[in-house]
Amino acid sequence: MTVESLSMAKAINLGLRQAMLDDPSVLLMGEDIGPLGGVFRVTEGLHAEFGAQRVLDTPLAESGIIGTAIGLAMSGLRPVCEIQFDGFIYPGFDQITSQLAKLTARHGGAMTFPVVIRVPYGGHIGAIEHHQESPEAYFAHTAGLRSVTPATPHDAYWMIQEAIASDDPMMFFEPKSRYWPKGDVDDSASGIPLHASRIVREGTEVTLIGYGPMVNVLLAAADIAAQEGTSAEVIDLRSLSPIDYGPVLASVRKTGRLVVAQEAPGFVSIGSEIAATVTEQAFYSLEAPVLRVAGFDTPFPPAKLETAYLPDADRVLEAVDRAMAY
Amino acid sequence: MAYTADTLRLLDASGSLVEDDRTSEFLPLIEALSDEQLRDFHRQMVVIRRFDVEAGNLQRQGQLALWIPSVGQEGAQVGSAYAARPQDHIFPAYREHVVARIRGVDPMRIIELLRGLSHGGWDPAQHGNFHLYTLVIGSQTLHATGLAMGLQLTGATATGDPERDAAVVVYFGDGASSQGDVSEALVFAASYQTPQVFFLQNNHWAISVPVQRQSRTPLFQRPSGFGIPGIQIDGNDVLASYAVTKANLDAARAGAGPRFIEALTYRIGAHTSSDDPTKYRDEQDLEFWLANDPIARFEAYLRSRGEGDAFFAEVAQEGEDLAADVRKRTLELGVPPASDMFSHVYSEPHPLMDAQAAWLEAYEAGFQEGR
Repeated sequence: MTVESLSMAKAINLGLRQAMLDDPSVLLMGEDIGPLGGVFRVTEGLHAEFGAQRVLDTPLAESGIIGTAIGLAMSGLRPVCEIQFDGFIYPGFDQITSQLAKLTARHGGAMTFPVVIRVPYGGHIGAIEHHQESPEAYFAHTAGLRSVTPATPHDAYWMIQEAIASDDPMMFFEPKSRYWPKGDVDDSASGIPLHASRIVREGTEVTLIGYGPMVNVLLAAADIAAQEGTSAEVIDLRSLSPIDYGPVLASVRKTGRLVVAQEAPGFVSIGSEIAATVTEQAFYSLEAPVLRVAGFDTPFPPAKLETAYLPDADRVLEAVDRAMAY
Repeated sequence: MAYTADTLRLLDASGSLVEDDRTSEFLPLIEALSDEQLRDFHRQMVVIRRFDVEAGNLQRQGQLALWIPSVGQEGAQVGSAYAARPQDHIFPAYREHVVARIRGVDPMRIIELLRGLSHGGWDPAQHGNFHLYTLVIGSQTLHATGLAMGLQLTGATATGDPERDAAVVVYFGDGASSQGDVSEALVFAASYQTPQVFFLQNNHWAISVPVQRQSRTPLFQRPSGFGIPGIQIDGNDVLASYAVTKANLDAARAGAGPRFIEALTYRIGAHTSSDDPTKYRDEQDLEFWLANDPIARFEAYLRSRGEGDAFFAEVAQEGEDLAADVRKRTLELGVPPASDMFSHVYSEPHPLMDAQAAWLEAYEAGFQEGR
């Protein structure tokens, strides 16, 4: 067992490298991922190590990247596509949602499409328009896709390898704001299945659920809540499709209160879905309505306004206070 | 709206071989065909047209939700289909019924699709590498290009062994040529020098919009801007379609990169059974193209080679037999169980699929108990 302190960007890099070593059919493709190593350097060094046949710098065309990845998968390869930024995924929307997502069913299961689409997403990096968005709900909504998102370097290292090993199309959302903080990575075992949610802090009075970039915010909020005398349990969802409701429902049945937090707009979102399901399945355990803390239902604002747009620990605590008041 | 000076044809409208400087490159490929192969070209064109008429009738009688006729385009389709080798991959749009049949797909699979019983469902690996119909216009061109890239990356092409080296044919239309995906496919194909042939059937209509709205330049000229050679052929000349596709596929298979063929043809029927071409089409155009019919032309050619009435009667009967068989089997079709909806959305277990399939089963069982 080796435990090493790594950034998430480096952890994904090592996870990709391990997947390529383990399986010669794995290849990477995307814009600027070759000699440059990607705009976030997630693929740094892989072009030099594995060559241009396995790390493809593609033309600048997102539909082309996904559409050709589908054909590459048909030829028996396992493409891992990088979409450069969240807001640039939409030119590939047809190929992801109408083609890739449906092709296994369209073939009656005769063909599988092990394509991974890596999407750096979320705010807190002060970037210009289209570079800070959270489009995950579109893809979680689409049957045939799986969607996961790590919150820690350890999860990122393992989840990218498990995503690549899956025979189903996989959206892999990488929280940009968590690319650089370091965390311990144990390269001997993941410790948890890809689609499992996880309690990351135990508590008794209110459950806080988030994923990706929001998990750290929830932990900070739970710290402050504890100082103020409220015991909060924090769950990292990890998988957005399917959602692992086991730990979620068990926690809500224990605490009776639930706050769901996300950077994405709240309208028709992951948080909405969890609120509906928890209300359906744990109604008699709830002491308060399920509350959502989310980005506003506006376009992502200019970067100087992002701290007002994005939920922070105080916005989470405001919802905790409301929940506790019931 | 007709042929141009650029249009390559090996067989003129009267069914005579065209022998000139341009055709001399391709005529040896025709001379190499056996009488039986030539008869097969005709057989496939005639039989699929009869099938097409029967399917249209079935739609009008309420047996199909929709029909997509291919009448008039048999020459382009049969010639190009026979040009491909067994190891090649074929990506259709959704009107290539005869290509499907030649590659081993039972026409009933097309019937099932248009009756609303499936979204395709065949395994290309078991059906001549004939991939599924794609209804989002042009999307399949990228799949074809990706698969061609995969052939390169897996060493399945350009090894110098024509019995083993594979290439890809992708069919699309004049309407699709305006789609961004087609341009992206041309970009990727040119960049990676993929082993593939882009086969554009210019049938002159994207539902009701004429090809002139799609392009101000002849479509075969468009790929040159991407660095891909293009050629315009008479798509109603099955021999030109065969020979030019074969030459281009052989080049692609040998590592010469992608090629582009524009086959000039005409959609004699409607776009689909939901369409009414009398609202937008000039009947004079139709007459021109009826006079250039691919089947009549090829029949004249075969008769000039000595083929007699017996063969043509036999082929006509084969068409009747298939039509009767398709009608019979269509009327026998059942409906798959509703639980099939959940079966192949994912290839690995998925809790939402399991939960909803179980719910539906319990819900339906509730009715059976008479509650």
